[in-house]
Amino acid sequence: MPTATVSETSTRTVALIGNPNTGKSSLFNALCGLNARVGNYPGVTVEQKVGRLTGSKLSIDVIDLPGTYSLAARSADEAVAVNVLSGELAHQAAPEIAIVILDASNIERNFYLFSQVYELGLPVIAVLNMWDRVEAEGLTVEAEVIAKRLGVPVVCTSANKRKGIDELRRTIEQTLQSPRTKPASAQLARAQFPEAFHQEAQKLSEWLHSNGRKTSLYKVDRLLIDSDGHFQKSLCQSGLHEINTQIEQARERLRVAGCKVPMFETKARYGWIRQLIDGAVTRKETRSASSSDRIDQWLTHRWVGMLIFALIMFVVFQSIWWVAKWPMDGIQWIQGLASGGIEAFLPPGALRSLLVDGVIAGVGGVVLFVPQIAILFFFIAVLEDCGYMARAAFVMDKLMTSVGLSGKSFLPLMSSFACAVPGIMATRTIESRKDRMVTLLIAPLMSCSARIPVYVLMVSAFVPAIKYAGGWISLQGIVLMGMQSIGAIVAIPVAWLLKRFLFPGEPATFLMELHSYKWPSMVVIYQRVWERVVSFVARAGSLIFCTTILIWAACYFPGDHRLLDESVATLEQLQRTQAIAPVSLEQTQIEENQIREKQIEEKLGEVNRLRSELIETSFLGMAGHRIEPIVRPLGWDWKIGVAVIASFPAREVIIATLGTIYSLGTGEDEKSQSLQDQMQQARRPDGRPVFSLATAMSIMVFFALCAQCSATLMTIRRETNSWRWPIFSFVYMTTLAYIGAWLTYQFFESWS
Amino acid sequence: MSMRLDELNPGESATIVEILGNDVIASRLMEMGLIDGEEISMIGRAPMGDPTEFSIRGYRLSLRKTESSRVLVTKGA
Repeated sequence: MPTATVSETSTRTVALIGNPNTGKSSLFNALCGLNARVGNYPGVTVEQKVGRLTGSKLSIDVIDLPGTYSLAARSADEAVAVNVLSGELAHQAAPEIAIVILDASNIERNFYLFSQVYELGLPVIAVLNMWDRVEAEGLTVEAEVIAKRLGVPVVCTSANKRKGIDELRRTIEQTLQSPRTKPASAQLARAQFPEAFHQEAQKLSEWLHSNGRKTSLYKVDRLLIDSDGHFQKSLCQSGLHEINTQIEQARERLRVAGCKVPMFETKARYGWIRQLIDGAVTRKETRSASSSDRIDQWLTHRWVGMLIFALIMFVVFQSIWWVAKWPMDGIQWIQGLASGGIEAFLPPGALRSLLVDGVIAGVGGVVLFVPQIAILFFFIAVLEDCGYMARAAFVMDKLMTSVGLSGKSFLPLMSSFACAVPGIMATRTIESRKDRMVTLLIAPLMSCSARIPVYVLMVSAFVPAIKYAGGWISLQGIVLMGMQSIGAIVAIPVAWLLKRFLFPGEPATFLMELHSYKWPSMVVIYQRVWERVVSFVARAGSLIFCTTILIWAACYFPGDHRLLDESVATLEQLQRTQAIAPVSLEQTQIEENQIREKQIEEKLGEVNRLRSELIETSFLGMAGHRIEPIVRPLGWDWKIGVAVIASFPAREVIIATLGTIYSLGTGEDEKSQSLQDQMQQARRPDGRPVFSLATAMSIMVFFALCAQCSATLMTIRRETNSWRWPIFSFVYMTTLAYIGAWLTYQFFESWS
Repeated sequence: MSMRLDELNPGESATIVEILGNDVIASRLMEMGLIDGEEISMIGRAPMGDPTEFSIRGYRLSLRKTESSRVLVTKGA
């Protein structure tokens, strides 16, 4: 453990801890800038975030601990926090200071966590954040009085306005440079625990010591107080099974002595807090937060509240759909421009194909998501920072509990209807880990906008254009709507199963704080959007890019492309000549143009034929043939199989791939009449059409349910910090999709 | 006269008597400051009837019925 003797040149470590929604991440960003190192604590899916304190002569690492209400060590988050603060975590330097961030407008409850951190024996700095709210809420807080009573530095900050940050920086430096002192044990809330408990804690500590498990006093307390707590489990796992009986007996003795576990702890701590803040925190009788209450009367009103909620969601999702469309079209335009440029300079060949179909498509596939992510997180940041987000969860909670989730899952799931990538990233707002995992795992089932082109192509080509009710309702529309909702419907039992079997145990609690409304801070919004975009591009982006390159290679190799390259070169030469050919009325000129037109058409046919032959002999084509027996029960031939595999990086690719396979050249879109015709005319070896209504339905159901999107899977990998969950998602969704598609095919086959 | 916290009407205040049970929910409630002797007032229900917003220790807390029904309170002190 590093001590005060560590030389000034080496890196020092401090830890930041606080309740959720105290502006902890804003403070962290204010202290460290936006360059945090994000990782994972070994063995648990708890995010580890470390930044370097900016603007300091010393090199100081700041560990951002997960937001928690208590250090009771019931959940993985809390246990990690205790272990980090007590320096018992491998690969992580023990922090020299615990910086406790408190919501200055809710001091009483926030000091609960402080009272626990204080007992760990580390030097502590109390940060009263959201200081700007104190006056607005009719509070007076005398920070000096609290500092004096506690004997620790107290700094007042408004992290979202960058106020008080320099003072905090100085306080951190000063505390690191001054000799380390421990608070007197009489000063701790623990001193107010009943005598009987102190005796039992002493006994248990000695027992652990004699069993070779020297344990800090705080952990001994936790062992006694938390029924089925994290430390008891880990001691048990380390082979010390007698700990269970020891604790049971101690608790029994405490019960006889009249000490109620765990109630005495909270009572003692809140008693301690009342003494601490007595006279130092006063609240005006007339609540000036009442303006917030007046707003709330409407926003959580029975009808008006629901209406406003629906309206806000409408604006948010319309923006993801339509506002994001402009920059997305722009990105695609630039992508086309870049491809065109390369095609003009490079002769046809492997390099050109790699650059155009691999690199540019890969980069484009990453950047394409940025507008949607930025827009969604802009709205999330605004709604969260002004205080509405908690109300939205409050309003929607009843509905979401019916599927075993909480109101906080609503927005991430709703956003997934536009795109699962920002939706999954938005699950971070869910504090309960289990709820977050379930939400994250069902989010890709929501019908995203990338599925729409597939549906449109299949529906317009194979679903009869029958109209009902005097032309008002069309069968095609009904099928389209069904496809849009099938994922959400399937998600309900999936959520239930996941909750029941993968994330059982602790019943989800929904104790949520409802802050009063305030104006959102531009700094916070900017940082949130920036952080999310960077995190996506840098982490998920590289993986998405790699998948695209891999699929390109599988599509390109091992075929001999010389013939194709020659034909493409001739074709391009013809097209160029045709483009610059003078428009003239002279007979010879017209004839020449017509001949060239014919030549181009022939060459185009040849290129497309060669392309489709090369795909058939490529690794991907071989894989397609290999999997044909598997996909045959779904009513597919090997070409559809290939198209489905090739669309793994992104669903919408299937249209281009189908176009290539059915020899139409690339650049097909869902409304392309020729692709529809070609698909309708495609025949199996026995002469039956490849695409029947049953096949089309089975493809659509497959696309509705499968995880055919590497961006989504890579985002899951990024958000859970583990390969386990993307693999799980892929397996469960592909299985669901296969079964769904099989049932659909069988149903429509027997029906038609 | 004791009653359950979820039986309060909007605008009513009561004093907490006891938190029933000693499981995680009870501990969480106590950590959030719901301790016997503390005053708590009901602000309003969500549009669909659940959860409910309460005011305690100077802050606002939303509780589901499954949680608030674990709290015994007494009205009028």
